[in-house]
Amino acid sequence: MATQLTSPGPPVVAPDGGRHRPQRPRTARDSAPVTLTGLAAKVVLLGLAAGIAIWAAFPLVEARAWAGLAILAGTTAAIFYLYLTRRHVPAKYLVPGTLFLIAFQVFPILYTASTAFTNFGDGHRGSKDEAIVAIQTASVTQVPGSTEYALAVATTGEPATGPLVFLVTDPATRAVSAGDATGLRALPEGDVTVNSAGKVTAARGYTVLTAAQAGARSAEITAFAVPTAGGAIRSSGLSRAYEGKATREYAAGCDCVRDTATGRTWTADEGAGAFVAADGERLAQGWKVGVGLKNFSRVLTDSTISGPFLRTLLWNVAFAVGSVAVTFGLGLLCAFALHTPRMRGRSLYRVLLILPYAMPSFAMLLVWRDLFNTDFGLVNRLFGLDVDWLGGVWSARLAVVLVQMWLGFPYMFLVATGALQAIPKELTEASKVDGAAPWQSFRQVTLPLLMVALTPLLISSFAFNFNNFNAVYLTTEGGPFPADNPTAGATDLLITYTFRLAFGAAGAQYGFAAAISVFIFAIVALLSAVSFRRTRRQEELYA
Amino acid sequence: MRTLPLRHAVAAGAVAFALFPILFVLSAALNPRGTLSSTELVPTGLSLENFGRLLSETRFASWFANTMLIAGLASAAAVFLGALAAYAFSRMRFRGRRTGLLALLLIQMFPQFLAIVTIFLMFSTVTGLWPAVGFNTPWGLVLLYLGGALGVNTWLMKGFLDTLPRELDESATIDGATHAQVFFRIMLPLVAPILAVTGLLVFIATVNEFLIANVFLTDTGSKTLAVGMYGLISGERNNNFGVFCAGTLLTAVPTVLVFQFLQRYIVSGLTAGAVKG
Repeated sequence: MATQLTSPGPPVVAPDGGRHRPQRPRTARDSAPVTLTGLAAKVVLLGLAAGIAIWAAFPLVEARAWAGLAILAGTTAAIFYLYLTRRHVPAKYLVPGTLFLIAFQVFPILYTASTAFTNFGDGHRGSKDEAIVAIQTASVTQVPGSTEYALAVATTGEPATGPLVFLVTDPATRAVSAGDATGLRALPEGDVTVNSAGKVTAARGYTVLTAAQAGARSAEITAFAVPTAGGAIRSSGLSRAYEGKATREYAAGCDCVRDTATGRTWTADEGAGAFVAADGERLAQGWKVGVGLKNFSRVLTDSTISGPFLRTLLWNVAFAVGSVAVTFGLGLLCAFALHTPRMRGRSLYRVLLILPYAMPSFAMLLVWRDLFNTDFGLVNRLFGLDVDWLGGVWSARLAVVLVQMWLGFPYMFLVATGALQAIPKELTEASKVDGAAPWQSFRQVTLPLLMVALTPLLISSFAFNFNNFNAVYLTTEGGPFPADNPTAGATDLLITYTFRLAFGAAGAQYGFAAAISVFIFAIVALLSAVSFRRTRRQEELYA
Repeated sequence: MRTLPLRHAVAAGAVAFALFPILFVLSAALNPRGTLSSTELVPTGLSLENFGRLLSETRFASWFANTMLIAGLASAAAVFLGALAAYAFSRMRFRGRRTGLLALLLIQMFPQFLAIVTIFLMFSTVTGLWPAVGFNTPWGLVLLYLGGALGVNTWLMKGFLDTLPRELDESATIDGATHAQVFFRIMLPLVAPILAVTGLLVFIATVNEFLIANVFLTDTGSKTLAVGMYGLISGERNNNFGVFCAGTLLTAVPTVLVFQFLQRYIVSGLTAGAVKG
């Protein structure tokens, strides 16, 4: 009976994997008749697959994406083959989920891992050609005789976040054009409304920003430039724009950028992906190049990185272990307390205990952050304390683990209840007959059996908490931060630390962030592999 | 008998710990002043003003509908895909089985959202080609979430399937049932509890997913609850607290209902002996 608890029972374990195939079911399967419902379902589903493939093919043909089309055709053909043949039965069940897994999980992971070997990030986003265009447009200045336009700032999305578009009116012809980072495009007269001053007030397909909305994004607007043949159009204020000339020009001969005003030159450095002057000064706009293992070695050797990294790693492990331990501890305690039919009101207790789990955790994390508020937080008020919970290193860490305990113990309670009910009564009764004390019978019979059933869950809970982004980001945002280092806080997990590197205010460093996520992956994989080996040994012991 | 008071004490203590933040949220939601600083643990007022503001001043209703659509679709599809794979892993022996199981675990360990830059670039292309499943649509997000349909869920379901006696499906096979009949007619009904539990886990995880949805859904009307409500208090934390708590309570309603509906499955779903007798 005990084998029912373990995941793979002894006959299933078969360590030789695929080599040992049972013969009998296979022959029986092969001779099974084709049923009418089975056939109908197959026709409908394969028809649906063909329909989706055809629908998806048209845009690919239009965009001349032949590689994409080939993948689509190949996948569709493989699906048809797989479900029309009687062979490859396991694959029939595995392929649907695997397709999603490859497209939306494996591919992004591989692509991300490959960016770990590049300098991809702010200032190194695109190709060298794009960098040259950006350098030239950024150096545009107003020269005598430049055309002056009436400007309306618009966007194609949300007023606060959408991509910017300049709607400019030519003073001579009153023709309106829309300009973005790719260039200028004339708009048909019927699509725009122009006021008496020549400024566009409305345009089909664009949202014209109000003065307040434009003011809020003025820094972006000042930096925005629309490349034109001779230079670029830039704003001066929020309602005028001018077409200026570029002072920095790229010369293919020397592979360098020259400033016509000062005569200074910056030569392309393909290794760094940037234009570098003789004295070592770099232009901010560079391009994406491979940097080999530099990102990885930076984590290990750069002392300003490796110190915080190690500290964060240690706290990260402590947080994951601590979260699993406290949730499991409390959950198990509750499960034991309710594990007797003599207890009245068990179902009411159960309903109330799982309520935290039913609450939306993203919202409750934000609420908990306020509960720990120093001035009007409930924790301080209830217990008459005056603790700056999220301001101190250890109190913030304690707070984060406490919050995890609240969020996580109902799940552990449910799981432990299920596992407890699955332990046959005969076992504990037998140990009682043999003269074991309750504590002894718990330690030597119940707990080992529970652990066999629950260890895989505890390991996956550990892996989940190891990368529990929301738990830290929505409560402490990684803080408190030491005075000398605003990038690695006391409660930062590797994942929030990496997030700040990748998307933080200091500028995006995708390549470096990707290298750290490869490290995270390696660490979690190693820890889990070790614990799984131990589990298997345990199973052999108790199975 | 003598342990009963102790058991009640433990249970009552845990209930108090579980409930006090929820009571605070309830109190804040009913607090007519609607600010954090004026909220007490026990409700001091009784007003539905915060709920009114939530429904009239924000797009809560459409956030709610989006979330239910996305989480409902994603969990149903993920459970089905996972069950298919779990059946293969539990009942069939084929080359690469162990490797496949291990690979699933390993892939899950990669911090998924760190691929967000790649996912963003990928879906920029998808939005250009097939806007119907691109940014700001629920469908694209559901597809993306299904990338994780295999994984921990498959392991959970496989563990449950392993505990069902093999004689059941073997005898059906000998009686002439196809593998599909065994799966749909024999396996699926027997594993209903674990399907329910897995579905619930995926549903909860999807409702709470914040990061990818935040990148994916930028239109006010297409946001999910997590994205929309985060925006609600990111600026005016103290003043919008009551409205935020009202939204939290409403967000919890469907999950609590599903919990009640699945009550009898949840405990037995994680119990191995569901098929005795």
